[in-house]
Amino acid sequence: MTTNLGNDRLIWMYTQMARIREFEEHVKRTFLEHPGAMRGHTHLADGAEASIVGALASRNPKDFVMPTYRCHGQAIVVGSSPRKTMAELYGRKDGLCKGFGGSMHLADPERSFPGTSAIVGQSIAHAAGAALTAQVKNTGQIVYSFFGDGSSKQGAFYETLNMAAVWKLPIVFILENNEYQAYTHVSLEDANAAAGDPLSKKADAFSIPGVTVDGTDPLKVYAEVTKAAERARAGQGPTLIESKFYRLSAHGNAITVPPVPTQFPEHEAIGVYGNKTEFKAAKERDPLLLFRAQLLRSSVLTENELRRIDDNARAEMDDAVAFALASPLPAPEEATNYVYA
Amino acid sequence: MPREMMYGEAMAAAIVEEMQRDASVIFYGQNMAMTERDPMLKMFGKNRVRIAPISETAEIGIAVGAAITGLRPIVELWMSEFMLVAMDQVLNEAPRLRYMSGGQVKVPLVLKAGFGFAAGWAGQHSNCLYHTMMGIPGLKVAVPSTPADAKGLMAAAIRDDNPVMYLHHYMLTLDTGEVPEGEYVIPFGVADVKRAGSDVTIVATGWMVKKSLAAAEQLAREGIGAEVIDPRTLAPLDIDTILASLRKTGRLVLVDQAPRHSSAAVVIAGEIAEKGFDHLRAPVVMVTALDASVPYSEPMENYLLPNEEKIARAVRSVVAERAVRV
Repeated sequence: MTTNLGNDRLIWMYTQMARIREFEEHVKRTFLEHPGAMRGHTHLADGAEASIVGALASRNPKDFVMPTYRCHGQAIVVGSSPRKTMAELYGRKDGLCKGFGGSMHLADPERSFPGTSAIVGQSIAHAAGAALTAQVKNTGQIVYSFFGDGSSKQGAFYETLNMAAVWKLPIVFILENNEYQAYTHVSLEDANAAAGDPLSKKADAFSIPGVTVDGTDPLKVYAEVTKAAERARAGQGPTLIESKFYRLSAHGNAITVPPVPTQFPEHEAIGVYGNKTEFKAAKERDPLLLFRAQLLRSSVLTENELRRIDDNARAEMDDAVAFALASPLPAPEEATNYVYA
Repeated sequence: MPREMMYGEAMAAAIVEEMQRDASVIFYGQNMAMTERDPMLKMFGKNRVRIAPISETAEIGIAVGAAITGLRPIVELWMSEFMLVAMDQVLNEAPRLRYMSGGQVKVPLVLKAGFGFAAGWAGQHSNCLYHTMMGIPGLKVAVPSTPADAKGLMAAAIRDDNPVMYLHHYMLTLDTGEVPEGEYVIPFGVADVKRAGSDVTIVATGWMVKKSLAAAEQLAREGIGAEVIDPRTLAPLDIDTILASLRKTGRLVLVDQAPRHSSAAVVIAGEIAEKGFDHLRAPVVMVTALDASVPYSEPMENYLLPNEEKIARAVRSVVAERAVRV
């Protein structure tokens, strides 16, 4: 393991990864264990743990984090309460957004997590806006903008990266390439991917640095994002980082019409493309397993210590589910609140 | 002390005054502040006054992100149709983020755009899109019709903690009128009675206020007293002032530059049908653009849009209803 990070930071990294995984596993299980508790659409971060945690390991506490509708993982790492986050997914009064947003619209501005958009690509512009605030007010903050490979085909991506480059905004663009844009494989809809090129090549269009990193290794992500973050803090503008990993769950839960219960389908690799081999190989490259192995090999943690972290994460998320189930639903007439400030 | 000012000058004055007052107000857009000689740039510097590329989605989206993190951006969009390529940001981001966050964030921003340019701009630059915006909860829509309103509504738009669509009418840009100097803020949701009258209520916005006032002059010579009301903001919409006038006149003519079903008139007509039915002594009449795109050639453009004569004719028709109804 080559890193300048101390053991406490490495343990922090693994702990955050385990917390994200457990949170998402609890979300997935909710569809079976508490049918009807979650409505609409839910998008999970399993497979993205190393990428999210590696990126945010370079973050100062006030730096903005601006993900998309696939936002549970970032909320957990910035320190949002899993109880309140789960309660939001369950549409409860004690939810992070009081039941107004749900899974796709988490926000925790107190933790510099000002909100998300569920329209693909649009939050990239919002992230640049947060960077503009930091620049105009000279606060020293930078922005971590997370979005998927699908987003990088939206006009908002091209327009925003151009403006961010011209204005030298303090922002790191983290393109999470999990190989599937909803149900479509990236090679079918991305010119770079179709040509066998990395998606980070898009950075050339804006004359900014573009790098591709192994998103299954938090230390590699950390190293690249740290460079980009330093560049942003130094007023040198944005960087595009393509972080490559594999989404381990389907795009989201199945879109069902009541009274058909919502459930979680198989991954598209199997469900759509019948490609069991690809999915099996991805499972073997599960970032959690890989990082565990790294930590064991370099004796940062023992098997027992790792198990304790996993158990704690599981207990924390069991508690989050119990809290969410116990929290009351909002009063119906709350619905007309918060329309205007 | 009021002073004579052009409509275009008045809204610019409000921007300058608000930027002097509040350092969190920033201003950017395409083809502005291009040289060091730019007066706004001189006054406020490159940090707060910026030039943007032709990228409405990013321009507006960046404003949204800046607004939820503590700035008050004003985006110069020039023409309202240019926003059509960025409708997600306008209709589905800016007005939704506060609500979806359960009230945790606010989105104070101003989208400044001209509209209704009936001067040979043809199909894609002459439209009135406010109907699309006025029905979106979370979004406010201001439509000034006089230089004083242009200033007062701009100041209010900048101070408002919500996204505001500030739509100024291109045909009014050079109109002059008395504008109060110094701080002048017109509260949103308060209609203005531009002319008092007791026989008929005319409700109009933007350029149509001017047309309606001209029609009212003509009607006064015929002995018909028309009250002309300008809602000034379409969201929030001051229905009470219209109802109060209707109680007095019993007749309502709605004048709107937009085609019938994309007009603000159709919304007001619906509200009046529900809340003002008992006061109506004649059917509500809507004087709107005809249902076609705006043509280039002048005689066709004139034919399509409401004008003084069409308004006067509509008023005469509802006043004549007296004989049949009473």
